[in-house]
Amino acid sequence: MKIFISQLFDKERLITRLIASAGYSAILFVLLIFYFLISEGLPALGEVSLHSLLGTRWYPIEEYYGLLPLISGSLMVTLGATAIAMPIGIGTAVFIAEVAPRWAREILKPLVEVLGGLPSVVLGLIGFLILSPALRVNLNLATGLTAFTGSLLLAAISIPTIISVAEDALDSVPRSYRDAALALGATEWQTIWRVTLPAARSGVLTAGMLGVGRAIGETMTVMMVTGNAPVLANSLRMLFMPARTMTATIAAEMGEVARGSVHYHVLFLIGIGLFMISLVVNVTASAVVFRQRKRSERILS
Amino acid sequence: MKRVFLVVLLVTVLAVLAGCAPPDQSQPAADPTLQTAVIQNKGSDTMVNLALAWAEAYQEINPQVRISVTGGGTGTGIAALINGTVDLANASREIKAEEMKAALANGSEPVEFIAARDAIAVIVNLHNPVSELTLQQVADIYSGKINNWSEVGGEDRPIVRLSRETNSGTHVYFLEEVLRMGIAGDKTLFSTDTLLLPSSEGIIVEVRDNPNAIGYDGLGYVVPEVKVIALGRSAHEPYILPSAATVAQGSYPISRDLYIYTVGQPTGATLSYLQWILSTDGQNIVIALGFVPIASP
Repeated sequence: MKIFISQLFDKERLITRLIASAGYSAILFVLLIFYFLISEGLPALGEVSLHSLLGTRWYPIEEYYGLLPLISGSLMVTLGATAIAMPIGIGTAVFIAEVAPRWAREILKPLVEVLGGLPSVVLGLIGFLILSPALRVNLNLATGLTAFTGSLLLAAISIPTIISVAEDALDSVPRSYRDAALALGATEWQTIWRVTLPAARSGVLTAGMLGVGRAIGETMTVMMVTGNAPVLANSLRMLFMPARTMTATIAAEMGEVARGSVHYHVLFLIGIGLFMISLVVNVTASAVVFRQRKRSERILS
Repeated sequence: MKRVFLVVLLVTVLAVLAGCAPPDQSQPAADPTLQTAVIQNKGSDTMVNLALAWAEAYQEINPQVRISVTGGGTGTGIAALINGTVDLANASREIKAEEMKAALANGSEPVEFIAARDAIAVIVNLHNPVSELTLQQVADIYSGKINNWSEVGGEDRPIVRLSRETNSGTHVYFLEEVLRMGIAGDKTLFSTDTLLLPSSEGIIVEVRDNPNAIGYDGLGYVVPEVKVIALGRSAHEPYILPSAATVAQGSYPISRDLYIYTVGQPTGATLSYLQWILSTDGQNIVIALGFVPIASP
């Protein structure tokens, strides 16, 4: 009997350690990736002058390494996607969680999950063959391969993520909050806008950030529909012109570069930039969530 | 216990990392006496259909040879050749000096074979009334000096310039021979708003659908749903449409050789395959796919 207990104890310890190592390995892998990016990307800063990195022309086969058009392209496409996806995503989440009758909810939830599983290359193909010609004709554009086309498709990619995370957050708001609001004479809209949404704010915000993260890292779709012209975006009008994103640049050019060349290092530098952007997005999101939690704890105590 | 565990973790991570290492560059060469030989072939997207047709026809008459063909662009193919992952690299431009240097540094000397010739067709939408341009006009369109079709005798429409990505041999050829007119030291570049599409098909589809678009592509890719522009060396000279005959005569101004590179002098199965490509049988496939055969098979 004694032996049996000790065996059990050992097994438990082993499993605990395995689970712990799985947790720590995430940190390890992020560090390794970061180390790899830094070691491959930082040499670029020594090989290309800062002045030329901040230039407005990207044409690496003739040693023009201006990153501004790529950064502005990525930001424009991502911000456009966020502006479209946030209201639709959160609106749909509110509808599913608060308004829709039970049967509609049963249909909508799995449908959203299916939408989230669409491979991005399929969306890219739809965008290239159907959406982009339609936009060119209806908006009277010179070409349908624009940053806006990319934004629309990225929005379609990030909306399912936003819906399911935001819907979960709204779902976890206690029933009593809504009951209390309704008992005080609030309308259904007032309850949603003033009580349920603010109560689920941190979850909804996380949903938005995950959506942004999904959008900025997306590669295949934007490469197929944005036209990939490295033009510096300096006005809102540029949203309806071709753009080249950081991800599409890495994907299109990494295959041809010689290992260890200047171009190779600059592409990794772009990778560092992307890594930094997603880091900032995540840190900002958790900072906001953390601050809010502290505030709500203060109020409750 | 803790230490043992850390060691195990470290070993696992190292094993995973070792798996990520680039493939061994000293791959054993295919033994010619072996029953089945495998030839890896990669490179130019312009040539990928041609290379596939060659491979299919050759495998039919030589079932013991397996040929795998992939595209990706000339730069990609030559990089793979230098890294030792393919036996043959298809190239729609000559190997660059720095690529040659990288290959020599890796201990392999690329050997060049001219396998076919290709005309670069300048294409527009079927509804575009423009049907002939001079080389200078094409250069000015792509460098951003001409921005409206009305400046070259067309409708009042903005010009949307389409090009392949910079890793394409066609892109480099077009830059050097059209935008810069073959003048060494000329620093003319593509206009920044030139759309860089990842594939030849992408260019064909956009030109087919968009009346504002102009594109260029290898003649083998051109489909009847787009209009091929007749090009003139200058306004006083005749405008010529690209075809096998005009390329062979040298009257069509933008045509180029298509190359196959090997690492070192080819031997065994690779050598027989290359000889077959250069034979009449191989060159007949070149003609069938809309490319131009080399002068003396």
